[in-house]
Amino acid sequence: MPSAYLVLDDGRIFEGSSWAATGKTFGEAVFQTGMTGYQETLTDPSYHKQVVIMTAPHIGNTGVNDSDNESAKMWVAGFVVRNPSSVTSNWRAQNDLEAELIAQGIIGIQGVDTRAITRHLRDRGAMRVGIFSGLELTREEMVVEVRKAEAMAGSFLVRDVSTPRTIVIPAIGEKKFTVAALDLGIKGATPRALAERGVEVHVMPFDSTVAEIMAINPDGVFLSNGPGDPSTMTDVIEVVRELLLSEIPLFGICFGHQILGRALGFETYKLQFGHRGINQPVMDKNTGKVEITAHNHGFAVKAPTDSEFSTVYGRGEVTHVCLNDDVVEGLQLLDRPAFSVQYHPEAAAGPHDAAYLFDRFVDLMSAKVNA
Amino acid sequence: MGLDTTIKSVLVIGSGPIVIGQACEFDYSGTQACRVLRAEGIRVILVNSNPATIMTDPEFADATYIEPITPEIIERIIAHEKPDAVLATLGGQTALNAAIGLYERGTLKKYGVRLIGADVDAINRGENRELFRGIVEKVGGESAKSKICHTMEEIMDAVVLLKYPVVVRPSFTMGGLGSGIAFNEAELKQIAGAGLRHSPTSEVLLEESIIGWKEYELEVMRDRKDNVVIVCSIENLDPMGVHTGDSITVAPAMTLTDVEYQKLRDLSMDIIREVGVDTGGCNIQFAVNPDNGRIIVIEMNPRVSRSSALASKATGFPIAKIATKLAIGYTLDEIQNDITKVTPASFEPTLDYVVVKVPRFAFEKFADADPRLTTTMKSVGEAMAIGRSFPEALMKALRSLERKEAIFTWPNVGESELSSLLQAMRIPTEYRLQQVQKAMWAGASIEQVYEATRIDRWYLRQIEVINEQAAVIAQPGELSKDVLRAAKSQGFSDAQIGSLRGVSEEEVRKARHHLGIRPVYKTVDTCAAEFEAFTPYYYSSYEEETEVRPRTTPAVIILGSGPNRIGQGIEFDYSCVHASFTLREAGFETIMVNCNPETVSTDYDTSNRLYFEPLTLEDVLEVVHAETQAGPVLGVITQLGGQTPLGLAAGLKANGVTILGTSPEAINLAEERGAFGNILAEQGLSAPQFGMAASQLEATTIAHEIGYPVLVRPSFVLGGRGMEIVYDDVALGGFITRATDITPDHPVLVDRFLDNAIEIDVDALFDGHELFLGGVMEHIEEAGIHSGDSACVLPSMTVTDEQWDEIRIATEKIARGVDVRGLINIQFAIAENTLFVLEANPRASRTVPFVSKATGVPLAKAAARISVGSTISELRTEGLLPLLGDGVAKGISVKEAVLPWNRFRRTDGRGVDAVLGPEMRSTGEVMGVSPSFGESYAKSQIAAFGPLPKSGTVFISLADKEKAPGIEPAKGFSDLGFHILATDGTASYLRAHGIECTTVRKNSEGTGLMGEKTIVDIINAGEIDLVINTPVGRGTRADGWAIRTAAVQRSIPCITTTAGFSAAVDAITFLQSSPLSIKSLQEWLA
Repeated sequence: MPSAYLVLDDGRIFEGSSWAATGKTFGEAVFQTGMTGYQETLTDPSYHKQVVIMTAPHIGNTGVNDSDNESAKMWVAGFVVRNPSSVTSNWRAQNDLEAELIAQGIIGIQGVDTRAITRHLRDRGAMRVGIFSGLELTREEMVVEVRKAEAMAGSFLVRDVSTPRTIVIPAIGEKKFTVAALDLGIKGATPRALAERGVEVHVMPFDSTVAEIMAINPDGVFLSNGPGDPSTMTDVIEVVRELLLSEIPLFGICFGHQILGRALGFETYKLQFGHRGINQPVMDKNTGKVEITAHNHGFAVKAPTDSEFSTVYGRGEVTHVCLNDDVVEGLQLLDRPAFSVQYHPEAAAGPHDAAYLFDRFVDLMSAKVNA
Repeated sequence: MGLDTTIKSVLVIGSGPIVIGQACEFDYSGTQACRVLRAEGIRVILVNSNPATIMTDPEFADATYIEPITPEIIERIIAHEKPDAVLATLGGQTALNAAIGLYERGTLKKYGVRLIGADVDAINRGENRELFRGIVEKVGGESAKSKICHTMEEIMDAVVLLKYPVVVRPSFTMGGLGSGIAFNEAELKQIAGAGLRHSPTSEVLLEESIIGWKEYELEVMRDRKDNVVIVCSIENLDPMGVHTGDSITVAPAMTLTDVEYQKLRDLSMDIIREVGVDTGGCNIQFAVNPDNGRIIVIEMNPRVSRSSALASKATGFPIAKIATKLAIGYTLDEIQNDITKVTPASFEPTLDYVVVKVPRFAFEKFADADPRLTTTMKSVGEAMAIGRSFPEALMKALRSLERKEAIFTWPNVGESELSSLLQAMRIPTEYRLQQVQKAMWAGASIEQVYEATRIDRWYLRQIEVINEQAAVIAQPGELSKDVLRAAKSQGFSDAQIGSLRGVSEEEVRKARHHLGIRPVYKTVDTCAAEFEAFTPYYYSSYEEETEVRPRTTPAVIILGSGPNRIGQGIEFDYSCVHASFTLREAGFETIMVNCNPETVSTDYDTSNRLYFEPLTLEDVLEVVHAETQAGPVLGVITQLGGQTPLGLAAGLKANGVTILGTSPEAINLAEERGAFGNILAEQGLSAPQFGMAASQLEATTIAHEIGYPVLVRPSFVLGGRGMEIVYDDVALGGFITRATDITPDHPVLVDRFLDNAIEIDVDALFDGHELFLGGVMEHIEEAGIHSGDSACVLPSMTVTDEQWDEIRIATEKIARGVDVRGLINIQFAIAENTLFVLEANPRASRTVPFVSKATGVPLAKAAARISVGSTISELRTEGLLPLLGDGVAKGISVKEAVLPWNRFRRTDGRGVDAVLGPEMRSTGEVMGVSPSFGESYAKSQIAAFGPLPKSGTVFISLADKEKAPGIEPAKGFSDLGFHILATDGTASYLRAHGIECTTVRKNSEGTGLMGEKTIVDIINAGEIDLVINTPVGRGTRADGWAIRTAAVQRSIPCITTTAGFSAAVDAITFLQSSPLSIKSLQEWLA
């Protein structure tokens, strides 16, 4: 098998073998600790421009199928695995993982010490990385190329992943509400979770104006997950601020949560290596209950966790924190119907513990309608 | 929420003797429970009849009762100790059943004791199949179609709807006891009939067959705030049809997408909530149809289980420890993850490695047992291995089993052999995976094997990958660095590579080291490296980066005993754990190497560092190398883990490793008969006459010289494997043919067999100058019964003071002659007033924990200290050993062995013969201690086999040579008021000696003309309370066998020796006169 190299910004190089598409690719190196759900990860737009290192040693065992995609294509910039499967075994599988990666031009590398890479990133932080597969380059040349790649901090990536035009996902069963979902890199599981609750979801381009949003007469607005640095999202933040004034129920997830945080006046910051996995313990501060949640974020909101805070939209509080490192995982306004979580209640991949948040959103919309 | 401060004292119920389906994993969980409770300042009261456990060490509880685990005894303990709560979810099915017993007796209510962990309602909802079905349905899950039956008529009606094959599962039994798959009416009658008898509620479940489906298990934990986490998913490589305990299992699940896995997770959470396990763990099993994903919920255990121990070791998440904390009020978020120290326990471990568990069987001990694997668990132990890929973990696991048949080989396989392999693998047996591997090596396709076995194609592909690698290794030409590296990362051992290349293991190792290819060690950290790990729990892998940290304190490496097997079990783990504890206290760092996930030694808390590695020369040498790189290493202790580490000692020494304690040369001296004979001769000690035979003819000649009966065996064995007493030339010849197959390199030993001798077992310490005699045990069964299967008593009952002195002197002479540094175990026999030395083993023995419990002297700890240079005199001053004299038993302690007869069936479905012999067959042991022999023996029998009858009918059938010694005890039973039944010969003999009895028909005589029943019919009808049946010579005589198996199947106590017969008289005499006393170990030793 031809050699391939994983080259880190700080000059550390891991030698492995070519896998999936060959060539070279760059991105932010992040590790994902889920033991299941590689297909969902690959197709999650939040991983745009990221080279994902899977800590689970065997990847591809169950192949890929059409129903577990989180978007229309694979987004990761590169895919790093220890042992790719040379066979597909699952009754739902429709294609081989490697074949699919090649078809979608995703460059991979296999046979590297993924645990060593993970420990490196944990200790030194997420950094730029390149995969060079099947190329004749010296080690120095590879490092130089990696250092020329763009960094994640300050990246504005939403334009790449957002829908160019509004797509309507019909409610399942009786339609109760209409929601405008700003697509900042939305995963398929989110509109599905809403639709199951009788919500018709209008997935709208990220740069939709308030007027365009209000034109569909929504009962609520949803801010999706997505890639990039939330501090670059000034226009969307302005839209959110206007929406907050209108008192329309608002729910944000992940990137959407960071945008709500910034709209409320909080700062966002880059975590050392982020949270990416499906085993993260989050405590709901109001109930004291712990939910095991799916995470995928490199940035977080800086907000006071020990007391209520006040904003121009009235009082608010941090509702959820990650028990591993006390990172803010949820916000809500107490005087207006708006809340958000940093993690993924839509799961896919991951546990369904936080699905109740979609009910909470529906309840907010009901309260608004009945008021 | 924090600690529930109303709980000031807790009674912990242990799991009793090691039996199939309930092994030392419950010592691991119980030990953790005791530690947690004591750390919280809670008074711990413990009941467990198993002396070989760490949890019954007096320092783990405030009051330790080594007493039978029966509701009656526990009630007396509760009355005496007045605990606030009872914790029964960590002692397996035994503890759970005892808790239900306490509830039903009204004991809990009477004394105001709470059941913590799971309440009786939750236990019932989890274990009662009908209730559980309802719960599964309620949460939207599906159960297999089934029918509960209480009679054979109901069973026959039900099968009409469910169709064959049909699964039979008795209620409230552990390890799947009594369950099986019936393919036709005859099988159904036999399996379901046994099931009805084994179930305490005479209830069996008949179920649609889901044989061949994928099987999964999820370990779930819940706290009182209703937080639920899944600790681990486990996938069975062997599809449905083989008991999980007998299956090769893999963690995490390998062949599920997230969507499918989350369905299992959702169901698990809904089920634990609905069953109402409020605080603690449970496991839930699922079957998944490989063709369409249909999920069937199979069952749940509302308690910590065998799989919980595996899951704890596989993930680093200590389920039992956390379950205990939850039971006393903490919530998951309040408990810290020990490994990361910064994150809470309310998370789900994620693995960046693969764990494979493989079962170890003991079919060779039960020659006539059906070797098919079914839903009744039959394995006696297990090994676990960790790797960065499935092939690596699997190959390590297979060599951890220490069976050459388990290790993959790549011979030429012919056409006809291929087709017979493909046929054979349809029926799961011990070596099915090896059949699969061999068939694929011979060209069988994944589809062909899948069709025959239903093993998931992903696993089959991994086997194929291993075979492809073997083909590359075998290619002629130089072995390149890349190929060697690839081979090592697929888990190939140096020995396997050597055999493929036609060179020795050592040559491969040398070449490998020359190329700089060595394993690195990764950490089991619960979080896939997301957080820093502070617990050095390592496994090897051929990767880039090692995580072994440098050290400065001198370290001692302790080699464990590997998978449990008959003859080498928890007793050896006990000694290893003790060594680790005491050496840590003495200021050393301890490094444990072991591969048995059930044990306390593989708890990451036990030693400073833990290497979860196979116990082979290669794997141990690499650990030694890695640790030598990390800091100073004093040496390796090999004398505590039984034959496994002992067998490695010479190889380690040859590779320059320091062996602490008794040297490999000294070990060899004791094991090599000629050399040992010289020592005995020099010291003027007698041994039974013996000879060493290299051929059939020689053996016969020696036997004639010595005179029959003779004891024959191959040299270098543990657990009496391949040992037999033969009475004539024919039997001798038959044995030689079989025995030389076992160890072709070693000759056969022919010993004089001492008829009617008293057998003595001695455990002693020697430091080169001084001897400390730990204990002199007297076997209750006469010589000829393997010491591991014989009951024994400490102090000895019939040994005179002079004989005792003689034994002590002989022990010292042997210890000095062999040059022991640490423990030595010697077996003596006294026959015709002469002391004979039977054998000496310069290592920790099976009886070390028993002697330590009975005398309060920690022999294994002392041995470990002697190994690193302390003297007995120093240890006396320090207080580890008594200041003066030898070990003195407090009270009279009886050890009894527990035998797994009820687990095995012959292929015709009938029981295997329940007769003792020189081959060890017991899986575990219990101890009874009291002021009198009768009471202690009674306790040991109750703990091992269940209640002894105080009155009723006893059936007596004695072999001719046992008739005279049987008169005394038979008279005893008559005097105790028992009605005696006997078959013709025995009956006339008894009557001739004035003992009244009723003659009954032998099985072979058939039913009488007037419809008189045979003894077997009478036993089956439940009209007999106790069976005394001594076998005739060696070999199964049909009548005796039919009697014994009928008794075993009906769980009627069955005694097969006259010595046991006499002891039973003492026991029942005591039981008739007064209730059993209770007294804690702390009081005994005070």
